[in-house]
Amino acid sequence: MDTESTHSGYSYHSSRSGRSNRHGDRSRERHKASSSKDSSRSERSVVINPPDTPSQESPVHNGEPLPGEPTPAEAPGDDGQDDNWGETTTAVTGTSELSISQEEVVGLGKGIQDRTQGFRRYLPLAVGLCVGLLVLATPLVFLLLPAVMWPDRLQACGAACEGLFLSISFKLLILLVAIWALFLRPGRASLPRVCVYRAFLTTLTLLLTMSYWLFYGVRILDAQDEDYHGIVQFAVSLVDSQLFVHYLAVVLLELRHFKPSYSVCVMRSTDGETRHYNIGQLSIQRAALSILEYYYRDFPVHNPALLSASKHRAAKHLAGLKVYNVDAPGSTAGAQPGNGNQSRAMVTAAAKRKDNAHNELYYEEADYERRVRKRRARLVVAVEEAFTHVRRMKKEDEQASPSDIMDVREAALAIFPSMARALQKYLRTTRRQHCHSMESIQKHLAFCLVNNMSPKAFLEAYLSPGPTLQYGPERWMADQWTLVSEASVTSGIKEGTEFLLRCLDFSLAVTVKGIPYIRLTEEYIDAKSHKFLLLLQSETSV
Amino acid sequence: MSFIPGQPVTAVVQRIEIKKLHQKDNLILGFSIGGGIDQDPGQNPFSEDKTDKGIYVTRITPGGPAHDAGLMMGDKIMQVNGWDMTMVTHDQARKRLTKKKEDVVRLLVTRKSLEHAVKQSMGSSPGLKHSGATYNHNLMQ
Repeated sequence: MDTESTHSGYSYHSSRSGRSNRHGDRSRERHKASSSKDSSRSERSVVINPPDTPSQESPVHNGEPLPGEPTPAEAPGDDGQDDNWGETTTAVTGTSELSISQEEVVGLGKGIQDRTQGFRRYLPLAVGLCVGLLVLATPLVFLLLPAVMWPDRLQACGAACEGLFLSISFKLLILLVAIWALFLRPGRASLPRVCVYRAFLTTLTLLLTMSYWLFYGVRILDAQDEDYHGIVQFAVSLVDSQLFVHYLAVVLLELRHFKPSYSVCVMRSTDGETRHYNIGQLSIQRAALSILEYYYRDFPVHNPALLSASKHRAAKHLAGLKVYNVDAPGSTAGAQPGNGNQSRAMVTAAAKRKDNAHNELYYEEADYERRVRKRRARLVVAVEEAFTHVRRMKKEDEQASPSDIMDVREAALAIFPSMARALQKYLRTTRRQHCHSMESIQKHLAFCLVNNMSPKAFLEAYLSPGPTLQYGPERWMADQWTLVSEASVTSGIKEGTEFLLRCLDFSLAVTVKGIPYIRLTEEYIDAKSHKFLLLLQSETSV
Repeated sequence: MSFIPGQPVTAVVQRIEIKKLHQKDNLILGFSIGGGIDQDPGQNPFSEDKTDKGIYVTRITPGGPAHDAGLMMGDKIMQVNGWDMTMVTHDQARKRLTKKKEDVVRLLVTRKSLEHAVKQSMGSSPGLKHSGATYNHNLMQ
């Protein structure tokens, strides 16, 4: 096809076939979701839809990898199983920009989809605003309409009405603040299905308001009631009912979730990290949301580089088991016993390799431990030495030459080179070099200098992997989660519920168990009942 | 050597006669005792039954009168000069053994090996007269 396709630099990295087909499928799924952004940019060319974020395997930070890091090689794109072959193209031909092709039409359609995605995010807010306005305006309208439509026939009511006006105004103010606090906050997540309780409450509110309007229309507007006191009381009762509905909303939407009734076990599929949490009565999607928030707080960041060792072992294991018979069975009858011997030899070799696998693993791990400890020792010494070169300026140093006085950024840059090499080697050994860029390390160093931290405190960030949020946004992948569940996601969690939260490279398996019903009994002990015996064993010589 | 409350205590005992030794105006016998009804029977290393509150020989001075008389460590003392020692306090036992007016104490002691020996000899030749005596004591008296 004669199309122009634009690459961004990221697509090279994303199509690396390190984890070939699986990754390729994922990147195509991402293409579908994020293609619209690019297509809306240029109407005349179809773009290869790059992912929004670089992949986990080969991220780049601000375009610069760590010094000494080998630049990622360009790998050929993997076009193995392309489910969306009709929607994307990978042709790189330098043709004119004037050609329009079928894909562009599809791309326009994707532009519309993108706008609806944004719309969906603000839909709950819009609905909340509309219902809130209706709820707040209705009592005021109830009060104003008689005064506007038949003012001469209205009976003036004195202090009682004024009291009721005051109470209406304060209750409306409270209702306004309460509605804002509960419903009009920006949503912190977008869930796959509508929350059942929210829909129920919205319906209830609308029903209530509509029934009040009905009664108002029939009894008051049609009949042109003159008793203003009664009308005001009618409006006050509406506001009261709305306040109670809001109370119900607080109980259903907020309070129910706090009392812990279930204990969930969350396990990451790649490295088996497991955590347990207590959550309350929630729907599956809300529970998934809570668990994801806990995930971002508690789980150490996912590091695919640490999993390659076990994959190699698995690959070797599989390779050792295959025994090929290269020669065709009937070709040379004389070579048959030779073939039998050969295959037997291969089987025994494979068996021996299997026996040695645990040996290899043991020595490999011991060696790795030793290497890590050696590098760590060098790193600690280098950092401590670097920190001795810098000191906070005191009063008496003001006479020092101005070239020695520097601000924190310059100080960090000055002492960074002496520890950079040791740090980089350590990170390479523990396979975490892609989590930290040079700039982030310098920034952290400046932060530690400003807050008078010790070298050990500075190093802690690099010695152990922290939670995912500590690293840059390209690691978060907050928009890539999929909830996989056999039960409907708006149903509540029960004992034995299981579901899966799938991200790109890994998934979180969640199992739910109920917290047992605890029966606590009491036992009264009188303080005087603590009595003791002395046990002797004496030996007397006679 | 255990007892069932209400039943007569039966044991194979050995008579041991110890002559007290004068040592610096003390009369010593050359052994130490442990146990008693006011003591903790569970800490007794020599008793078979850890509820046995009898008096046991815990130490024997080598070369002392008790050693010469044939007393052995771990023996349970059943009688001293006719006085019962199975249900006495530690202090009472000490007093009965250290009476200044007596020069000689005649003990009835029992030990596990005695029972074994008797059983073996009875098993091998039923009519043989055995050196030890059988000790019967009714605790209800």
